[in-house]
Parts: sequence; structure tokens; C-alpha cells
Amino acid sequence: MPTENLFKALVREDDNGQWAFGTGFTDGLARVDRGVPEGVDRADLAEYCLMLGDDALIYAQRLSEWCSKAPEIEEDIALANIALDLLGHARVLLARVAEVREEGDEDALAYWRDAPQFRNVRLAELDLGPGPGGDFAATMARLLLFSSWRLAIFTRLAGSRDRLLAALAAKGAKEITYHRDHATQWVIRLGAGTSYSRARMTAGLDAVWPYAEELFAPHPVETRLAAQGVAVDPATVRTEVLGVLTEVLAHAELPPPAFVPDGEPHPGRDGEHTEELGPLLDEMQSLVRAMPGATW
Amino acid sequence: MTDTAATEAGLEAEFEARIAADERIEPRDWMPEGYRRTLVRQMSQHAHSEIIGMQPEAEWIGCAPSLRRKAILLAKVQDEAGHGLYVYSAIETLGVDRAELTERLLAGEQRYSALFDHPVRTYADVGTIAWLGDGAAICLQVPACRASYGPYARAMFRICKEESFHHRQGYELLTAMMRGTAEQRAMVQESLERWWWPTMMMFGPPNARSTHTERSMRWRIKRVTNDEMRQQFVDMAAPQAEALGVRPPDPALRWNPEREHYDYTDPDWADFERLISGDGPLRAQRIAHRERVHREGAWVREAALAYARRNEGAEVGA
Repeated sequence: MPTENLFKALVREDDNGQWAFGTGFTDGLARVDRGVPEGVDRADLAEYCLMLGDDALIYAQRLSEWCSKAPEIEEDIALANIALDLLGHARVLLARVAEVREEGDEDALAYWRDAPQFRNVRLAELDLGPGPGGDFAATMARLLLFSSWRLAIFTRLAGSRDRLLAALAAKGAKEITYHRDHATQWVIRLGAGTSYSRARMTAGLDAVWPYAEELFAPHPVETRLAAQGVAVDPATVRTEVLGVLTEVLAHAELPPPAFVPDGEPHPGRDGEHTEELGPLLDEMQSLVRAMPGATW
Repeated sequence: MTDTAATEAGLEAEFEARIAADERIEPRDWMPEGYRRTLVRQMSQHAHSEIIGMQPEAEWIGCAPSLRRKAILLAKVQDEAGHGLYVYSAIETLGVDRAELTERLLAGEQRYSALFDHPVRTYADVGTIAWLGDGAAICLQVPACRASYGPYARAMFRICKEESFHHRQGYELLTAMMRGTAEQRAMVQESLERWWWPTMMMFGPPNARSTHTERSMRWRIKRVTNDEMRQQFVDMAAPQAEALGVRPPDPALRWNPEREHYDYTDPDWADFERLISGDGPLRAQRIAHRERVHREGAWVREAALAYARRNEGAEVGA
């Protein structure tokens, strides 16, 4: 029987074929042209990949905190899946940074930088739960805002002159479409569920609105690379994102988005973070920093 | 004999004949109450183990020592949620829903594997749990792919395929650690010493003391005895430990060419009884975590239900 063979296969000691699934997964982006497009400043390209990569890494780290703590098993699975997608994006982008800089690798970037060197938008780092910092509603509010914004960016980035960014964005946009759909469904359910869930959803959205304008404020690197057809100027997606959010919130019977004008145009991209990033990095980097020289 | 009793006896005879012919029993088929109860007990213990088993590993996702290891661990714990879900869904075909099973777990009326009542102290433990714990789970679960109850057998088939990936990534992590620093190699050996006996206990009491084995075997819910599975596990793990360069904490562990199996020492059964009765070091913490998560998520589930009910009405009217 095939089931018996599965067991027998496990005790053999030969090749990869003995396992139901090997660990040597093929990289879908392996054959993409990784050359830096002509006329593009390498430092700018690396910096741009770092911004997008840090967004994905820090947000994946936050989302994975829900693992084993979600309100329902299906949600444990969904949140872990979204975190895995984002972690996948982060690994491609950070590897690209190292490659373009000809220095280090994805792990050196993830584990050996301190908070001021991270370039993520502050929305990604906020501690919105589980636990005292927030809850499931705030988590869904952030997912709706982040994925609506990111999808708009990635849809355009799929046309980038940088082949790797284009390929990643095309693949990532498909994944983020599901993330946005998942968030949309929950925002509507919670908004139009019980009066209690409506209050929680409203509070959750209020917790993320102060970090919305930052998403659309272009950093000089983004502006320069956008002019060269490599990056997306985030200011160009603001109307679209606002439209998507307004429509979802109307379905959820909630008030329209209340973006709050921000003092600093793009603090996260400049390395100015909330107090919540430090503890996140402390945890993420603790083991690696405690055992320098170890191999994993 | 009354008519009802006669009918019952006829159904039971038919059921036993189908089992003897190795046919699958499906949710709508008649089955003896004892068979249903045994299935619910065994399957719920499996489902609860998957869900509680997420906790010790999830604690290490946040500080996983490379992005690759983080992705692997996150995917593994996600699979465990998936396995719990398959098995809870299979139990629902027996007329018991997930909410009720969760209540029974929290009330201490149903068990989960005592393996997860041990703490994960180092990242080597993440590898050891997968290599030994998931390796043991494979020995336990592969025969269950041939269990007589259809929904369980089919769920198990899929679960086993994923378990083999879990098993392998754990061993691969330990291999990497053994190629690392002296401190890392010591961590792997120390981890093996702590997890060997708890893993050996996963197969349950020896055949002579197992209260459920005989009937479960007859009903083909269980296909291999506890001791046979334990031997299979030792035969698999001992050469793997040797290849890795570590030594399980059993001085009697050696290849016996006459039996063509490894000789080994049984775990301490008094200790086993104590652990499965709920005296494991982290039992209270594991249950409290599950209880808190369940309680804190109640408003989300209630909102989803309220929304679904409202929408159901709207769709009927549309």
C-alpha cells in the first residue's frame, strides 16, 4: 500500500526522493534577469529594495505573533499564511539588497541592524495584538490598509524596468489580493456583526489611521527611481487606495477612512520609528546575537 | 429478543463482517456506539495534540535564527493547525462539533499528547521535537491511514505526507547545528537527552497494560500495537542518531542481529502514568493558553455568526 511505502521510505537513507516533500524547493524567481537596469544608481536601488523588504519583514514578524493565538483555527492558518507570503517577499528583497550592494546577505540585514537602520513604514511595526497592545479588529484594520496600499503599489511595480522587482511584484500582487480579500471580509463581518464587534472594529481602524498618510509620502529615493521607471511613487496610489477603503467601510456600515495629516512626511523610511519596533527587534534578533558564529 | 434488539444484532453482525473484510466505514453507515466513542476519543486526542502542540513551537517563531528557519517553523506550525482542523472536521462526521470538543479539552475530560507538556528550552529542541516527536507521530499515524473509519483514514493520509516534511526539516536543522560550534553540538546532545523518554512514551503503555488496544485492533481503528510501533520508532531513530553523532540516553540501546531490531529500555511507566494524568510540567500553562485564546476570540466568532445569520436572511429574501 502507498501508505506503508511512505513509512518505509522514511527509514531509508538515500536521496531526496525518500521524502513526501523535499526541502529543496525551486525558486520561481531563479531565472529572472538580476542585472541592475541601465542608468540606475545602485545605492538607490538597494535602498528601495530595503524599504519594501523591511515593510514585509517587520509586518511578517508582527503577524506571526498570532500563531496559536487566533480566535479560530482557520484564522491561525490564514494569518500564518499571510505572514509566510510577506516573509517570502522580504527574503527576495533583502537578498536583492545584499546582491546590489555586493555585501552581506538576507540574514545579516535582518539580524544585525538596529532600529534606526530599518526603513519600514511605521504601520508595519505597530503592536496591534494579540495581547494588551491591540486585538483582532486592529489587526484586520492594519491588514486592510496595508494590503490595499501594497496591492496598488505592486500592481504598478509589475511594470518596473528592474526585472526582479517586476517579477516579485507580479507574483506578490496575486498573494496580496488574497490578503486584502481576507481583511475586507473580516472588516465587514466585524463592522456589521454585533454592536460590540462594531465598536472594536471602529477602535481598530482609529488605531491605524494616524499611520496612513506616511504610506503615500514619497521618499526622495522613491521619487528618483519612479522617474526612471523602476519604482512606484506612492503618492500616485493614494486616490485609488482611499477609494477601496471607502467602499469596504461602506459595506461594513462604518464611517469612511479618517486619514490624519502627519508632521513628518516619511519617518519610517528615514529610520525614525515608534517605540514598538525596539522590542520586536529584540525578540527577532535575540538568539542570533546571543550565539555569534553559530550556523543554522 | 425484541424486534429492535434483533435488528441491532443484525446490524452489528453486518458491521463486524464489513470490518473483517477491510471495508471502510463511512459517516452515514450504522456503527456500534462503542466504535463511535472509541473513534471520538482517539481522534479528539489527536486533534487536541495538534492544536496544543502548536504552542511550544510557536514560541520560537519570533526568534528563529535565520529567515529560512523562520519560514520553515511558521509553515510547520501552520500545518499543525491544518491537521487539527482536518481531524476536528472528521470528528464532526461522528456528530460531535469542535466547540464541544474544545470545552471537553479545557475541562480536562479529553487528553492530548503529554509530549507538549515539556518545555522547549533551546532552538535545538525545535529540531528534536520534529525529528523525534514528528518521527514518532509518523510511526503512530501511518497505520492510521488504513483505519477502518473512512474520514479519519483519508485525513491521516494527507497529514502523514506533511509530517514527513516536518520530520525531515527537524533532522536537517540538527545536522546543520552539528556542523556548527561546539556549543551547538552540545545543545543537540542535551536536547536529545531530554526528549528521548517523553518521545518513547508517545506510543502509550506496553501492550500488556493497554486498556484499549484489543478492541481497537479488532475494530481496525488501530492496526499496530503500541510496542510494535515503539520498536519501529527505535529502529528508525537509532541509526539516525548515530549518523547525526549523538547518543540517546539509553545504555541498552544496541542492534540485535538475531532479532534484526534494536534492543532498548522501556520508559519509566510510573513516570508515564504521572504525566498522562496531567502532571506534566507545563500542563496548566498549555490549557490556560488555550482557554485564554478561546475566551478572547469569542467576540470575533459571535460577530461572524451574527453577520452570517443576518446575511442568510438577506439571501433568502433576495
